[in-house]
Amino acid sequence: MNAFSPQIKRDYSLDGPENRHAVEVGLASAEWYHSEVPRKVMKSLMRRSDEAADRDTVLWFLLLIFTGSATIALWGSWWVLPFLLGYGVLYGTACDSRWHECGHGTAFKTDWKNNAVYHIASFMVMRNPISWRWSHARHHTDTIIVGRDPEIVLMRPPEIAMAALKFIGVPDIFYELRTLARNAAGIITEAEKDYIPEAERPKAIYWARVHMAIYGAAVLLALVTWSILPLVLIGGPRIYGCWHMVMMGLLQHGGLAEDVLDHRLNSRTVLINPVSRFLYWNMNYHVEHHMFPMVPYHALPRLHALIKHDLPAPNPSIADAYGDLIYALVRQTREAGYTIRRALPPTAQPYCEEFHDTDGVPSRRAGK
Amino acid sequence: MSGWIDVCDAEDIDLEDVIRFDHGGRTFAVYRTLDGAVFATDGLCTHEKVHLADGLVMDDTIECPKHNGRFNYQTGAALRAPVCEALATYPARLRDGRIEIEVEQS
Repeated sequence: MNAFSPQIKRDYSLDGPENRHAVEVGLASAEWYHSEVPRKVMKSLMRRSDEAADRDTVLWFLLLIFTGSATIALWGSWWVLPFLLGYGVLYGTACDSRWHECGHGTAFKTDWKNNAVYHIASFMVMRNPISWRWSHARHHTDTIIVGRDPEIVLMRPPEIAMAALKFIGVPDIFYELRTLARNAAGIITEAEKDYIPEAERPKAIYWARVHMAIYGAAVLLALVTWSILPLVLIGGPRIYGCWHMVMMGLLQHGGLAEDVLDHRLNSRTVLINPVSRFLYWNMNYHVEHHMFPMVPYHALPRLHALIKHDLPAPNPSIADAYGDLIYALVRQTREAGYTIRRALPPTAQPYCEEFHDTDGVPSRRAGK
Repeated sequence: MSGWIDVCDAEDIDLEDVIRFDHGGRTFAVYRTLDGAVFATDGLCTHEKVHLADGLVMDDTIECPKHNGRFNYQTGAALRAPVCEALATYPARLRDGRIEIEVEQS
């Protein structure tokens, strides 16, 4: 039995043997498969505009102000519930997609708008804006490469109860607050050093201190007013409003292959309703996003239409995707090497198979 | 020793666009601005060795297609994380409708 046998839990840490293994076999910083799109078409898809993100951001802030104000006004009455739940999702879920798209710098044409929304959303989602920018860059370089990707959410064999707790922000908020507190104390771990360049580490410490100061002020306000309301409005939505973020986030790569160089094998596109698309900024087109991360969220439906002949059919609904995911997770509890493998249409190029570890045992080859 | 290398016809590159040019075992990115001026840089992003010619030219910047890092392709300056290291630039010129770049010859 070797180190990567399906019976043994793999080491997902960034400073362990799987990291060295990934580098040795050519899985790190590798070239990935992508569908062919003519250059002129790709340029039109990549073209930046402020229009869509201005509209969506103004609407987002207006909805936050409306539901937040209604929550304050109706606090103590049962009538507060719909506004509280709405505020929670707008804060605790929509922040994730805004963090993501503005981190890529693709949402707005005007870069200060990307940076401003990125910092606000980073605070709301409880992520250090510096370290998570670098972590996400690594996620795109080495998507679901074990030992390299710091953003693998569902590790194998899966801990299904822990995955379910994520819908109420557990244990994520404890982990994120602990990380922010550690960074604020000036500590950057060895794993963080693996993807955050030295010159960026002081910035990570600075922004962690800013975030912790705001949370500290919210706690102080709650104590002074002897009311939980400040924490319900600041930080709290990461618990009671994150369910939609987690619901969509688990679908991005859950149950799919590890250690492959073809996003069609490790990412999932799901067709979803317009409200969820507004909250999620079209990240349901996840194969397309990973293949072409420079395409803004508002152009992803057009990109999907252009390359769907080369992709596995998308899941037609969130419920359908969860059917696949839950089956895969349950099976992985007793057969950790199992992954979902979707059929390609006859018009598609075949999968890049070299690293496809359907049996949980990545093939090995000499370094590239 | 450096010398001028013929790259392509100017019309082979759209205005405000970039192409990849491989020469002597090296890869370059050759740009044309909106007003027709030409520039050249190393072809690979300094962050993760991705070909910049697949990226997006916006005014005087090139955006890496993989991580959206940005460079000023006229000066090579790194403008946006995750790129931190500047890009090498090379002299470029138009001569009789052809684009040439000046690189070290091995």
